[in-house]
Amino acid sequence: MKTENQKAWFFVLPVLLLVAFNALIPIMTVVNYSVQETFGNNVFFWQGLDWFEQILRSERFQAALGRQFLFTFLILIIEVPLGIIIALSMPRKGPWVPVCLVLMALPMLIPWNVVGAMWNIFTLPKIGLLGYLMNDVLGITYDMTQNPFAAWVTIITMDVWHWTSLVVLLSYAGLVSIPDAYYQAAKIDGASPWKVFRYIQLPKMKTVLTIAILLRFMDSFNIYTEPFVLTGGGPGNSTTLLSIDLVKIALGQFDLGPAAAMSLIYFAITLLVSWLFYTLMTKDDEQ
Amino acid sequence: MKKRALIPILYILFLMLPIYWLVAMSFKTTNEILSGFSLFPQTFTLDNYKVIFTDPSWYWGYINSIIYVSLNTVISVCVALPAAYAFSRYRFLGDKQLFFWLLTNRMAPAAVFALPFFQLYSSVGLFDTHIAVALAHCLFNIPLAVWILEGFMGGVPKELDETAYVDGYSFPRFFVTIFLPSIKAGVGVAAFFCFMFSWVELLLAKTLTAVAAKPIAATMTKTASSAGYELGLLAAAGTLTIIPGAIVIYFVRNYIARGFALGRV
Repeated sequence: MKTENQKAWFFVLPVLLLVAFNALIPIMTVVNYSVQETFGNNVFFWQGLDWFEQILRSERFQAALGRQFLFTFLILIIEVPLGIIIALSMPRKGPWVPVCLVLMALPMLIPWNVVGAMWNIFTLPKIGLLGYLMNDVLGITYDMTQNPFAAWVTIITMDVWHWTSLVVLLSYAGLVSIPDAYYQAAKIDGASPWKVFRYIQLPKMKTVLTIAILLRFMDSFNIYTEPFVLTGGGPGNSTTLLSIDLVKIALGQFDLGPAAAMSLIYFAITLLVSWLFYTLMTKDDEQ
Repeated sequence: MKKRALIPILYILFLMLPIYWLVAMSFKTTNEILSGFSLFPQTFTLDNYKVIFTDPSWYWGYINSIIYVSLNTVISVCVALPAAYAFSRYRFLGDKQLFFWLLTNRMAPAAVFALPFFQLYSSVGLFDTHIAVALAHCLFNIPLAVWILEGFMGGVPKELDETAYVDGYSFPRFFVTIFLPSIKAGVGVAAFFCFMFSWVELLLAKTLTAVAAKPIAATMTKTASSAGYELGLLAAAGTLTIIPGAIVIYFVRNYIARGFALGRV
């Protein structure tokens, strides 16, 4: 189908140069730091793989990694089913469709720190709508600066607010591509709504759901700005996710070696899990 | 049927609540915010917006953000177009590996790149310039643009190219006058996504700028910490950052579902 043409390389050359400049030089800087120790003044000593061992053994890293996996796991099991349910209950055509889609996409276009600030204002006790409702109307003590559980509920709710629409829009795109004839055939066969979902809608949504799950995994695993603005990683370290911890080590304490080693481990985990997801979800296609 | 409509309505209400609160807050005076709870602004004021539109350190934040976001969108789409064409039409040595490598950059945690980016752009003398942020955002926007455009181009039959060549079109003329118009939805969607991810990103933009190219989002974090509790001002600035996104999304409203599926439905 595609023709063999080595000259096509000229077409990809600008992309290659720009991305390589941005990706290869910084990643080499990181690799460089990860195997050296410095005491300032640009004097470096060879350190080998010590930093990697130190990071992998440190309880601090393991705890942050554990929190990160818990966060991403919760995000995926809440946002994916919720997004599918909302997409299924949306109208297929009519004047309300563009209105719904634009309103749903809106949270994704707000700068990430504004999202954090917005949720901060929203949840402040006494001042915020949610904080007021919980504390003064419902009488439930809710203060995420004191209570780790409240902080977790808040960052999860914030992410559901921020990104569920991505799953909705992708699933919806898959749903509207199903021809009406499929539904008519199902009706004639007397298929139940569950069977229609399982054998018609779900298979048609598979490609877009793969994209949705991959994107949601990558972005929730790399999340930094929103929880940082909202909770600053606290109370204590209870919401210190991997990126927040990494920035603390790199820019806060300026421990370049351990930070670089941690960066590479972090990136490797993201790549590995993305690859696993991708292989598992596209396995059936190849058979 | 009626009952089913309830789910999207409730969901949209949930989405609008924090946004409403931000907007309502921006019209309140600091006194009213701190003195107690009110669902609607009691003493409606535009003072917060007046501060932003008259103080250069505030409104320059918006101008800076818009400059680097536009630069990034133009660069990303322009270099991604030929590359996406190559990926969708030709086989060449290492094409699959290259495509995959491009996508891995979309997976890189921004936190990993913050410090090396600072050093890289300082060493080439671009620190605190708009072009530095625009180029840095290319790291994740170019792969995304290539991915989206390749999806849309795959939907255009190859016969279109062949017919054009038979008719005596040169490649550049074919690409600009025939091929581009046939994927203009894809170009719009790709531009939309580049705009979106460059507009919402803060970590790299903040790391690469100090004064001259400082993004609005960074101005906000500074105000939040230094000026104490100017929540009204913060809310007004936040409200204004929603507007560009809302305008851009209006233009792609008809392609939005397909666009989020990256043209792969």
